[in-house]
Amino acid sequence: MLRYIRKRILISIPTILAVTLLVFIMLQLVPGDPAEIFLGEKYSTPEILAKVRHDMGLDRPLYVQYLDFLWKAMHGDLGRSLHTGRPVIEHLVIAIPSTLELAFAAMAISIVIGVLLGILSALKHNTWVDSLSMLVALFGVSMPVFWLSLLMIFFFSVKLNWFPAVGGGDLKHLAMPAFVLGVLNSSMLARMVRSSMLDVLNEDYIRTARAKGLYERTVIIKHALRNALIPTITVLGLEFGALLGGAVITETIFSRLGLGKLYIDSILSKDITMIQGITLFIALTYMITNIVVDISYSYLAPRIRYE
Amino acid sequence: MNDRSTPSLVIAKKSDAAWAAEKPRSLWMDSIYRLSRNPGSIAGAIILTALIVAVILAPFITQYNPIEITPKERLKPPSTVHWMGTDSFGRDIFTRVLYGGQISLRVGIIAVLIALLVGVPMGLMAGFYGGRFDTLIMRVVDIMLSFPGILLALVVIAILGPSLTNVMVAVGISAVPIYARVARGSVLKIKEEMFAEAALLLGCSNRRIMFVHIFPNILGPIIVVATLGVAGAIISGAALSFLGLGATPPTPEWGLMLSEGRNYLRQAWWISTFPGLAIMVTVLSINLLGDGLRDAFDPRMKIN
Repeated sequence: MLRYIRKRILISIPTILAVTLLVFIMLQLVPGDPAEIFLGEKYSTPEILAKVRHDMGLDRPLYVQYLDFLWKAMHGDLGRSLHTGRPVIEHLVIAIPSTLELAFAAMAISIVIGVLLGILSALKHNTWVDSLSMLVALFGVSMPVFWLSLLMIFFFSVKLNWFPAVGGGDLKHLAMPAFVLGVLNSSMLARMVRSSMLDVLNEDYIRTARAKGLYERTVIIKHALRNALIPTITVLGLEFGALLGGAVITETIFSRLGLGKLYIDSILSKDITMIQGITLFIALTYMITNIVVDISYSYLAPRIRYE
Repeated sequence: MNDRSTPSLVIAKKSDAAWAAEKPRSLWMDSIYRLSRNPGSIAGAIILTALIVAVILAPFITQYNPIEITPKERLKPPSTVHWMGTDSFGRDIFTRVLYGGQISLRVGIIAVLIALLVGVPMGLMAGFYGGRFDTLIMRVVDIMLSFPGILLALVVIAILGPSLTNVMVAVGISAVPIYARVARGSVLKIKEEMFAEAALLLGCSNRRIMFVHIFPNILGPIIVVATLGVAGAIISGAALSFLGLGATPPTPEWGLMLSEGRNYLRQAWWISTFPGLAIMVTVLSINLLGDGLRDAFDPRMKIN
């Protein structure tokens, strides 16, 4: 097991390095001089520009800049925002809790809905319940997150006045964005649970369990569900990624001061150091999540290990 | 010799007879037959066809101009004159939804074409040549996949700058890994087949084997993924425009229209409701068709 964990971590190191390289190169690819964006147009005489470029380390060879970037990033220094002049990491520290709160709440909602829908349609395979559940799942895939958000705001904030439309901080503010994200991301899980459950229900050990006279409920919950849920773990990583992506949109609509909103604002204002910092953070979080998912999967289902 | 071969001859004749009794069908005909028996995909195909026709014939269906401002027609609710009402500039929403369809469908199709043109050759070559080349390409795919969901598209937009064209490129690039993986997976299966080996033994060039012998056989899964991909690309494209990173006013783009209607939810629900409905119906019909295609081409194939 330990050997597998070590191997899984080792093989992801080149990818992590490549991601950092890509994020570093973004600065070179973006049109415009970061020093100029930092200074704004009116102050940029050639002398001052040269000095700022020197202060920012932009006059050094690229590989030195990259190693410096990597070294600093490892120590939590992601540079300063070109707009506020404050360290990027300070902005991240403020934004991250709000996004994680949203992502985890949405994850919980999507797991509950997805697993229930999946089990229900597997148990009632080929009946109208199955078709209806899968139709609901299909709607989930086809519904744009920004539209569902607006509909929720229209009904629950404008018409009924139950939940606040914008802002963050407490459960009331969290409810709508978490619900929107959770519901829309439950479809993938529902389909996965359904097909996994259908596979398991055809196994010999389920027939054995039934043959020895166990209650159907015991068969389903103790024997089938446990085994059916294991493969589902593999999509949780993907799901988490989708939630992080979806958070970009929901945070913007519900004006939650999270990573997603910060990201969009940074793109719109060309705050490239901020874009780099957020990109790096999200990519690393996502990769670590996937490593954890793989490891827990190999622990729960030792027969199958990703090589 | 003759005696020994008789039984097999008889079997051959029997199966010949069986073949003659049935209509001979190719794999493609088989798939189309299965597709035609799936009510969901039929419904999807009909809705989608109607949408495409309506969108193309937009100038003949509506007499209004999608971008002309008419102040005295501001914020009119749906009526017989304006079927879907008007927006804050007095523009007819129905007209804008129709013209917006041209943009959204174009974004969806072009994005997927970009993804196909880059991803399929990558996967095809990775699967065909294997070895270090395969490792290298799959590494690139891994790196792309470490940016979850819409984030890879956002990274591309951050580099290229916001615009509708860049949205197509961004959404296209972000879908490349999917096609590379599907193509590679299918090639690995096909490569072991007899006909591929036969082509190799006959002295066909690598390129010929790849494109003439292997490519047609991996088309099925690719068509399925591409169909579902158009639906996803339409949503992503609209999302990016909604966020202000794609189409710019006064373009009648669905995502942008939704975003413009956001400030009028209280007074004029119709401004963002109808473009939202348009996105959902379009995407739903494509997904229905795509799901049907998937079942038709390979009932056991699963895509997450």
